[in-house]
Amino acid sequence: MDEGTARAVDGVSFDVSRGQVVGIVGESGCGKSVTIKSILGIIQKPGEVVGGEILYRRRDDGAQEPINLRNLDDRGEEMRDIRGNEIALVPQEPMAALSPVHTVGNQLVEAVRLHRDVSKEEAAKICIERMVEVGIPNPEERMGVYSWELSGGLRQRVMIAMALLCSPRLLIADEPTTAIDVTTQAQVLNLLRRLQKEQNLAMIFITHDLGVIAQIADYVVVMYLGRVMEQGPVDDIFHNPQHPYTRALLASIPTIHSGTRQELPTIGGSIPHPFNRPKGCPFYPRCPDFIPKQCDQFTPVPSPVSDTQSVACFLHCDAVEETK
Amino acid sequence: MLVFILKRLMLLPVLMFVFSIVSFILIQAPPGDFVTSYVAELAASGSSMDQVQIEALRNLYGLDQPAYVQYFKWVSRMLQGDLGLSLDFQKPISELIGQRLLLTVILGLATLIFTFMVALPIGIISATRQYSFFDYFFTVFNYVGVATPTFMTALILMWFAFSNFGITITGLFSPEFADASWSFARVVDLAKHIWLPMVILGLDGTARLARILRANLLDELNKPYMEMARAKGMSEWRLVLKYPLRLAINPLVSSLGWYLPLIFSGSLIVATVLNLPTIGPLLLRSLISQDMFLAGTIVLTYFGLAVIGTLLSDILLAWLDPRIRMEEASGR
Repeated sequence: MDEGTARAVDGVSFDVSRGQVVGIVGESGCGKSVTIKSILGIIQKPGEVVGGEILYRRRDDGAQEPINLRNLDDRGEEMRDIRGNEIALVPQEPMAALSPVHTVGNQLVEAVRLHRDVSKEEAAKICIERMVEVGIPNPEERMGVYSWELSGGLRQRVMIAMALLCSPRLLIADEPTTAIDVTTQAQVLNLLRRLQKEQNLAMIFITHDLGVIAQIADYVVVMYLGRVMEQGPVDDIFHNPQHPYTRALLASIPTIHSGTRQELPTIGGSIPHPFNRPKGCPFYPRCPDFIPKQCDQFTPVPSPVSDTQSVACFLHCDAVEETK
Repeated sequence: MLVFILKRLMLLPVLMFVFSIVSFILIQAPPGDFVTSYVAELAASGSSMDQVQIEALRNLYGLDQPAYVQYFKWVSRMLQGDLGLSLDFQKPISELIGQRLLLTVILGLATLIFTFMVALPIGIISATRQYSFFDYFFTVFNYVGVATPTFMTALILMWFAFSNFGITITGLFSPEFADASWSFARVVDLAKHIWLPMVILGLDGTARLARILRANLLDELNKPYMEMARAKGMSEWRLVLKYPLRLAINPLVSSLGWYLPLIFSGSLIVATVLNLPTIGPLLLRSLISQDMFLAGTIVLTYFGLAVIGTLLSDILLAWLDPRIRMEEASGR
């Protein structure tokens, strides 16, 4: 069992501000989820955050210095007060995230009462309001049902309602559309975008689907094997990608113009296991622009290529990460 | 839910009918009958009976008739509420069993409560603090508990109590209360004595249940709903008690179905060792003397308790888990 430790995420850095949607995109296992679990402080043991800081400003007026969430005890009262209250999560699989033996209402009311000192009846009222807001028909009735009695789309709406119960400042959506079918995906996506605009939320949106990113994000972080390959405003990433990995990802999106029964372009090779992370740039074994004796020896650091866009690639800069 | 319970209750007479046949076959199975063993007993004590007397005795008890006639006589008498006479004790069976049955059930339930009260915390602590000192300690404890036969534990404790404190820890009552009628003082006396057989009988089950709970909880602790509850800002203890425990306890509740009868019948050897006034030792004695009606009634009683145990666990499970309720409602 003990294979050693792996750095699931390394050197990831980005900002989210009020009213902004940051999309994190990458293949399965690239460390997207670990990144947000670190922010929420819910990394499962034996995993742990070993370095870095997570700065969070609890108020807008600048009257308070940002606090470093890493200095708080993950299970402590202060962190629990932020979690679910100021920073809320919309999970990947609503079916698995809801308990099958507790009613939807029970779990919603609980989420309110963890952070608000209200009676069960008042909490239920708040829940029903939120359920109306996220477009759940017959909310009173739905309070009494179990998660497995709901459709996939409704289940995800319940999760979104739950996340919004305490009017969070930051909403983290972890592949919220992965477990539901395509038509419902579009509805959930529209709902999230609408709510984000209305409430001027800061949002981190995780997905492996570039199409979804294009629809919802203002700013994009492209991750590969726990590292940020490229980040920048959504227009720059899609129209002016600089990193070979971003380009390869974009090339593999099927378009409506391509012929039928035509093979989609794919990125050759597969993601290495985190325990066998290649020396140098993590992408070099699959990279079309691989520079021998450079990419396989040294790790590039993210460097700005414009005011807003930065890339970690030797094609664009020579900065080398100090070996640890 | 109500329909489900009614359905189960309706099944009860059918089950009992089948069980009565099985019990009868079981007690008829050993060669010879009560008279044979009675004669053997007499011979052992030096006296004897002649053939005429033996036949007369057989005739008296109806033992000379074919098995199915004996069965129907037995069952039809039972249906009229007459359990018959113990051939060995020459007393009505209802009188012999009544008191003992009550004590058997009391001891069984006490053992069950003890088991759950001890197994639940041990299971939870072992799972939430996996590979900690507590976990290892209870792992060893549990294996010892499972591996040691209960009568062995009983013997060791009896020897220990006698050799160190000079007290005999047998029976469920002090001598002055053993045959007394029920009173408050007698209940207090029972409470003073019952804990030891309860602990001895429960040790094995406690160890098993704690292991099962630990394994189930460990499965549940990594489920996404745990992460979600944490992300809501729930404290770790409240979360463990509310979500995974509710899901991990299902297999424990369904284990009630076989555990309850096991406590009732499994206590036979321990009860004999500890000289408990439960029905276990009575069954042993009736089997040795081939007191067939007494043995049959006791075996049938065990069956009845088993059926009730299973029914209770099914009801409890349906009450705990809405998914099972749903399945029952939609009809199987």
